[in-house]
Amino acid sequence: MANIKTNENKTKAQSMGLHSEVLTGKTQQKFFNPDEAENFYYWGTYDVDFNKRIDLDVNDLDCKEANKKIDELMSQGYGTIVIKNPQGKHSLGVGVLNKLNLIFEGSLGYFGVGSIDGPTVRINGRVGWSCAENMMAGKVVIEKNAGSCFGAAVRGGDLICKGSVGARTGIDQKGGTIIVGGDAGAFTGFMMQRGRIIILGNVGINLGDSMYDGTIYVGGKIGSFGSDAIESPMTKSDIDWIKRKLKVAEIGENFDISKMTKVVAGKKLWNYDALEPTEKKGAI
Amino acid sequence: MCGIAGLIHRGKSSNVGNELQAMLQALKHRGPDSTGYALYADNDGQNFIMRFKVGENVGEGSSSINEDESVYDKRKELVDDMLKNLGAKVLKEEKLTPYSYRYEMKYDEDLMDFSKKIESIESVEILSIGKSLELIKDLGDAQEVLDRYDLGKVRGTHAIGHARMATESGVDIKSAHPFWGYPFSDVSVVHNGQLTNYWNNRRMLENKGMRFMSECDSELIAVYLAEKMRNGATLEEGMKDSLSGLDGVFTYFVATKDSLGMAKDTMAAKPLVLYESDDLVAMGSEEIAIRSILPHEIDTYDPFDGEVKVWQI
Repeated sequence: MANIKTNENKTKAQSMGLHSEVLTGKTQQKFFNPDEAENFYYWGTYDVDFNKRIDLDVNDLDCKEANKKIDELMSQGYGTIVIKNPQGKHSLGVGVLNKLNLIFEGSLGYFGVGSIDGPTVRINGRVGWSCAENMMAGKVVIEKNAGSCFGAAVRGGDLICKGSVGARTGIDQKGGTIIVGGDAGAFTGFMMQRGRIIILGNVGINLGDSMYDGTIYVGGKIGSFGSDAIESPMTKSDIDWIKRKLKVAEIGENFDISKMTKVVAGKKLWNYDALEPTEKKGAI
Repeated sequence: MCGIAGLIHRGKSSNVGNELQAMLQALKHRGPDSTGYALYADNDGQNFIMRFKVGENVGEGSSSINEDESVYDKRKELVDDMLKNLGAKVLKEEKLTPYSYRYEMKYDEDLMDFSKKIESIESVEILSIGKSLELIKDLGDAQEVLDRYDLGKVRGTHAIGHARMATESGVDIKSAHPFWGYPFSDVSVVHNGQLTNYWNNRRMLENKGMRFMSECDSELIAVYLAEKMRNGATLEEGMKDSLSGLDGVFTYFVATKDSLGMAKDTMAAKPLVLYESDDLVAMGSEEIAIRSILPHEIDTYDPFDGEVKVWQI
């Protein structure tokens, strides 16, 4: 695509207005071209059948081997994969980019099910730090506790922990919903930019520190508010939305949602007010 | 980043040498430079065990200066002479490596004065003194150190250990963990993190007569707690005080003759996973450390920020 300035024949992508850059000289940049069939192929995804189920024992596999095996099973059309003996190993189930029922019978270590886009994951044990980091879509349910940085930088989907979570839950969150049935540690919602967090229990110090946007709902006590995090009144739509989400999460059936505290960004961060609305959108 | 692990059996003894080895081996990827064990063994409790080194391991990866092994023997002779002068009666001596020894001895006087005099000999460092503490640290992973010092047979009630990735100081034994809580017998510390007010605290503690053997920031925790205890604080009180007295990020374990404690900084910046039952507490930087000794499904959790816990045997 280099030196397209001298090329009089516009590509289809250019004529469609997908890009208008005029490049000169050498460039490594390659634009989306609807003429090329491979551009419609989402690498690493498979059509799977949920009724096709298989058990996978990862006791003797390391995380790379286990993840490769999961990929292999998806390529064979298995839509329900039950992982036996995860034994707290790190990085299991990462990078699944299609619909899948993924069940872990045991606990995961760090970075479990990170960067996923679409699967429904159930973990019958506990998870370590940075579970579901960068998750884009899908649903993850953890039956026990979770470590720190739970749902770091999630962009979408529902991430549910029925137990308690560590510090910095939802750090840098960009979308989606994080739901915690128990308590959460310090710096919950640290620098979050979008999305919502529901904590039914208590939270530690510096809640919502330096948050740009998004909403945090807390059912229990708050250790302290972080910089630029402020309380906002609960509305009926907040209550209705939380009720619906808790039902999906299968927790907090008799929880009194109306008594929750709603925390939002005060939007007084350095130079935030100096930005135009469109710039603000770009900044977050 | 370093990996730490600890366990305490309540009401019984177990093969803590092998158990801690399994836990530290699982954490090897967090710290491949050196490994240390503080094992609280089933000794008879009558005599002091002193472990000391007269030189450094200058093997592969070491940052120490190569020395002729003959100087080790001369330093050992000086230690023997000093012990005689101090009135210590050596009952049993073992040469474990060319540079490290284990002495079983009788001594009834002040340990601080004793330690100062022994360590006044060039390159001699007491790794630990205690009636049940066996503190071993050397370059290599958990398996290598276990084999080198024959720790597989050690039975005891509790233990803490460390897999070190050298960041603040050299790859050598003096900077390796655990650190002995000089001058208290049977006190040891392991740490994962960085302390940012190390020099301020060190100057203050040295002015109070405390001793530092390395430039490793983690040693500060052992000295800090020892100073608090010297002034009458309990272990738990000293640990709670350290949350504000020490600046930086840390998770550390302390062990004494009959207890094991953990503390986590107020930012919860360093990991710790904990398993607690009626007869066993096991904890480590990662769950895989605990899984290495408890393969069946268990409930674990992360302690919260600013948490301090102490368990008794």
